[in-house]
Amino acid sequence: MSDVQTRIADIVNSNDIVLFMKGSALFPQCGFSSRAVTILDRIGAPFHTVDVLQDPEIRAGIKEFSDWPTIPQLYVKGEFLGGSDILMEMYQAGELQALLQENGIAAQG
Amino acid sequence: MPMPAAQIEALILAAIPDAQVTITDLAGDGDHYAAHVISASFTGKPRIAQHKAVFAALGGRMGGELHALQLTTATPN
Repeated sequence: MSDVQTRIADIVNSNDIVLFMKGSALFPQCGFSSRAVTILDRIGAPFHTVDVLQDPEIRAGIKEFSDWPTIPQLYVKGEFLGGSDILMEMYQAGELQALLQENGIAAQG
Repeated sequence: MPMPAAQIEALILAAIPDAQVTITDLAGDGDHYAAHVISASFTGKPRIAQHKAVFAALGGRMGGELHALQLTTATPN
């Protein structure tokens, strides 16, 4: 693996929930990233964010890592779950909440 | 660069012939779309695989030319 792929693997393996996004959780720089943050906020479980706009290597590398062409991207326990559309569908179906519970990640909301 | 809705639909249909494609122009600007794609070929596939099938149909435009496409997928019924 290249250095950036190793870096990404380290990030997703050392945080239960990681969102690769444009901007920060407080100031998302894209509507799709904003939507992903809103969903995670509603669930209330703590999550780590990586601002790809601050790191061009990760911005390009994350697309290769998951073989997924767009950002945001959500990872839970090291596994890629999808982008904001899938996140929304899973949230509306209650699947995201169930998956977090199965993984022992407590929701506070 | 904006892309006409009909072209998006044509690309999806070329790769997934049985697809029922509904495209909504969210902002009326020919740039921000929502696409809903229903196909029997999605049956039994996880959502990530369903979305990847549509991305493949769009031939690498997703995230580039199509930077603002919302996508939802489903199977018939």
